[in-house]
Amino acid sequence: MRLNCPHCGPRDRREFYYYGAAAYLDRPSPDAPAQAWDDYLHNRDNPAGMTQDLWYHEQGCTAWLKVTRNTVTHEIIAVDAVATPKASGGMA
Amino acid sequence: MRYSGLKVITEGLFGNKGWKPAWRTPDPKPEYDAIIIGGGGHGLSTAYYLAKNHGFTNIAVLEKGYLGSGNIGRNTTIVRANYFLPGNSEFYSHSLKLWEGLEADLNYNVMHSQRGLINLFHSDGQRDAFARRGNSMINQGDDAILLDREGVREHLPYLDFEQTRFPIYGGLLHPRGGTARHDAVAWGYARAADRRGVDLIQNCEVTGIDVENGVVRGVQTTRGSIRAKKVAIVVAGRSSQVAAMAGMRLPIESHVLQAFVTEGLKPVINHVVSFGMGHFYISQSDKGGLVFGGDIDFYASYASRGNLPMVEHVMEAGMTLMPMIGRARVLRSWGGIMDMTPDGSPIIDRTDISGLFIDCGWNYGGFKAVPASGWCMAHLMATGESHPVAEKFKLNRFATGHILDEEGTGSQHNLH
Ligand SMILES: Cc1cc2nc3c(=O)[nH]c(=O)nc-3n(C[C@H](O)[C@H](O)[C@H](O)COP(=O)(O)OP(=O)(O)OC[C@H]3O[C@@H](n4cnc5c(N)ncnc54)[C@H](O)[C@@H]3O)c2cc1C
Ligand SMILES: [Zn+2]
Repeated sequence: MRLNCPHCGPRDRREFYYYGAAAYLDRPSPDAPAQAWDDYLHNRDNPAGMTQDLWYHEQGCTAWLKVTRNTVTHEIIAVDAVATPKASGGMA
Repeated sequence: MRYSGLKVITEGLFGNKGWKPAWRTPDPKPEYDAIIIGGGGHGLSTAYYLAKNHGFTNIAVLEKGYLGSGNIGRNTTIVRANYFLPGNSEFYSHSLKLWEGLEADLNYNVMHSQRGLINLFHSDGQRDAFARRGNSMINQGDDAILLDREGVREHLPYLDFEQTRFPIYGGLLHPRGGTARHDAVAWGYARAADRRGVDLIQNCEVTGIDVENGVVRGVQTTRGSIRAKKVAIVVAGRSSQVAAMAGMRLPIESHVLQAFVTEGLKPVINHVVSFGMGHFYISQSDKGGLVFGGDIDFYASYASRGNLPMVEHVMEAGMTLMPMIGRARVLRSWGGIMDMTPDGSPIIDRTDISGLFIDCGWNYGGFKAVPASGWCMAHLMATGESHPVAEKFKLNRFATGHILDEEGTGSQHNLH
């Protein structure tokens, strides 16, 4: 498995740290109801097929990346840099 | 047909012509009192205990492939009761006791072998943590012996004790831990359930769950619709998909875990040995193959195969720990899909839909749990109440904060 980092080019899977579903980017506001935080931290769509998840180029440019890929075939469709943090908080 | 030594001898004398299939292949009936979705270890044991402990006579297990085609036939067969947290500890203790009587109960040889499990430690801090775990196991009524380095050497003289990165300080021995033959567990429960009248329906994929006014009515399948008063979702790595058929979104992310087996060798590894710091564990099957594995591949996956970096990592860890295995040739590797929860512990609970129950979240430790999970799931389905040893395995515990994070690694699914 290779990820095509937008900054570093195609790199071996071993250089990357997997964090979880890209839903992590939609961080609720601090005063959001507990239900929203439960959903955010724990519940997942967990699709068999196309998914988007977050990877960290730990041994490369250290950027957070949003990877579009297929969980059944392991095919990588797209690797995009995570945009700047959103006003509501975004990625820490 | 009851199996016995006498039966083996007489069949041997008369050309083995009298053996019958171990279970029937019935067509689905239009309605059941209880339907279990998923013919893995947990689904089959749930059906068996519903029939045996609670007198259900009209049950079906619906399996999309063949019985035992999922994780129950892919795991590395370790059976142990060395959990630490209240909630987990009593559950796995109960399961181990059921294992100890399982062969007699099922009239089936599951090759349960209590050969002893040794978890190695490599620092003073880790020794303290293992001593504490051992005490909690003893408090639970199970067995644990803290071994120093020389104690480990007596059991496992072939380890590399002086390896530079993780020199071996000692180990926690769990004498009642061991292995069992995974397929035989599925077959044994299947046969025993069938003998009690459970319909085992293979090649029958559930494609929808019928719910009316908050009450479950039955399921849609590739072999037609089937009505049911109670429905249990027991599908391990596929839990998110099946629960979604009832509008549920679960605290689960599915991950691939790989395992490996070598060619058959003469007996060389007598125990189950786990090397947590290196992410490696190993035992030797009764056929002689060294069966070993490590951690999950760490990214969400439904492919029943992993990637090469984890293969390399597991091989390296094995060579670090026991260089003697370096000349054994690996025959096969494979993967299974693990239903990972955010605290690493399972779920056995009712859902918000009346009559719909769920048993999932076994991470990579659900083989040892097969007897107790079925026992507790059957109890829940029959009585409506959680069994006392499984009452902490609530579906909503993440929302309420009653998490069971055995490894203390936080709410990230792949870290357990
Ligand atoms: C490599 C590996 C090593 C492991 N090692 C150990 C170990 O040493 N010790 C341990 O305790 N645990 C271990 N495990 C974990 C253990 O195998 C699992 O936790 C356990 O088997 C899961 O429960 P099950 O047996 O019911 O799952 P499965 O056997 O996967 O059963 C689920 C069944 O549901 C069926 N299904 C799915 N969707 C549908 C549908 N829509 N309709 C009908 N049927 C459906 C599937 O086909 C499958 O047969 C390991 C797992 C793997 C992969
Ligand atoms: Zn990069």
